[in-house]
Amino acid sequence: MRRQVPLAITFIVGISIAAQFFIPHWPFSELFNTFNIWFMVILFFAMTLGIGNLIKLHTQKVYKRSPGWGYSLVLVIALLTMAASGIGWGLERGTFFYWLWQNIHIPMASTMFALLAFFIASASYRAFRARTIEATLLLVAAIVVMLGRVPLGALIHDKLPNLADWIMAYPNMAGQRAIMIGIALGTVSYSLRVILGIERTYLGGGK
Amino acid sequence: MNILDKLKSIDRRIIFVLIALTVILPILHPIGLPVRVSEPVRKLYEAIEALPPGSRVLISLDYDPATFPEVYPMNLAVVRHCFAKDLKVVAMALWPMGPSLGEMAFDVAAKEYNKEYGKDYVNLGYKIGGIVVIAQVAKALREAFPLDQLGTPIDSLPIMDGVTGFKDFKFIVDFSAGDPGIPYWVMIASSRYHMPLGAGCTAVSAPNFYPYLAAGQLVGLLGGMKGAAEYEKLVKASGLATSGMDAQSIAHAVIVFFIVFGNVIYFMTRRRRP
Repeated sequence: MRRQVPLAITFIVGISIAAQFFIPHWPFSELFNTFNIWFMVILFFAMTLGIGNLIKLHTQKVYKRSPGWGYSLVLVIALLTMAASGIGWGLERGTFFYWLWQNIHIPMASTMFALLAFFIASASYRAFRARTIEATLLLVAAIVVMLGRVPLGALIHDKLPNLADWIMAYPNMAGQRAIMIGIALGTVSYSLRVILGIERTYLGGGK
Repeated sequence: MNILDKLKSIDRRIIFVLIALTVILPILHPIGLPVRVSEPVRKLYEAIEALPPGSRVLISLDYDPATFPEVYPMNLAVVRHCFAKDLKVVAMALWPMGPSLGEMAFDVAAKEYNKEYGKDYVNLGYKIGGIVVIAQVAKALREAFPLDQLGTPIDSLPIMDGVTGFKDFKFIVDFSAGDPGIPYWVMIASSRYHMPLGAGCTAVSAPNFYPYLAAGQLVGLLGGMKGAAEYEKLVKASGLATSGMDAQSIAHAVIVFFIVFGNVIYFMTRRRRP
């Protein structure tokens, strides 16, 4: 029963959702609507479970003084402070939550993302080498796009932005399409395996 | 250790300082490099420009503070454009931090254009579920978002009068920093419901969406801070993106210099090897 019931649910939901794309009428349209709402409700509980797990894991780390426990302590305090301030005093402008959000969360998250620029610069100097013809092509395309996509490119040569646009619109698009089609075919075949119960690893519990 | 070996193993902190200077100095002393408007940006602008006044535009705020410097300026520029054209803006989010960032854009633009919350724009907030939320909004928006972000029933907001789904919107714009984002909107809004869809995303993810542009599934695309700066130019409202263009230009040039210089050293050391 522990295997048959989830497999049956997967089969019924999978077939119904796939069918309503082709038959958007009763009962499939109604089923789709109901499944959508259920899905959102289940996801909410999954998120709650995730937050609970996160707190449990990091609290244990702090309690046992595991390596890096200080970071875990910061995480738990930050999480509880944000949650308590939001639940207790609301999320609107002027609240403590909003102050934390605007003055701590946004600058810190933006800083983390901005650090990428420094690592990209360092990596470009150390690792981006024209060792083969393919690598050289990639390198030249990268330089053209990097310069052509900023205002400086047009000052270097007025055709550079056009060349960058061409690289994006043709060679890049052709490659992206190939990747997308590959992913789509893979997704379809994997979904079919899951719906038909051939692929069961998502159920866990080994064999 | 000869000079080439020393250059090869240059301290990364020197590179970090150079990058920091190339970003900070142009911000402190702007050069004012001219911004050229690209085709995907112009198309998005023209699509919104062509909407009749009073039309509803659905904006999805699928980004977070990490991508704020890139995506927020385009969010603000598009909202400004909508308000200037007297369009009604309904915002929702598939990312939990999107609504608060969108609200910042609304605050700025609403003051400039004297727009009223609930009548000219509304922020429906975040709903978990990604593609499922989009599918639900398409047919039964009120079931997905019965309340706005502040907990007000949407039935009491004039902007939501008679709104049931995609059919009540003339245009959709997704500001996306990842998953869930643009591909899901293309799958549901564009491919299934044939809604005109525009998008804005980070520069690093923009190349992924060119196939959608070529297929007409995306009307237009704003890629990164450059896309935002181009849109700011079109709506004649210079902002964060325009001011960041000089810094980005110089930083790109410095990174290109590092690539070329690194390769020159690589080939010189390789030639010296017995």
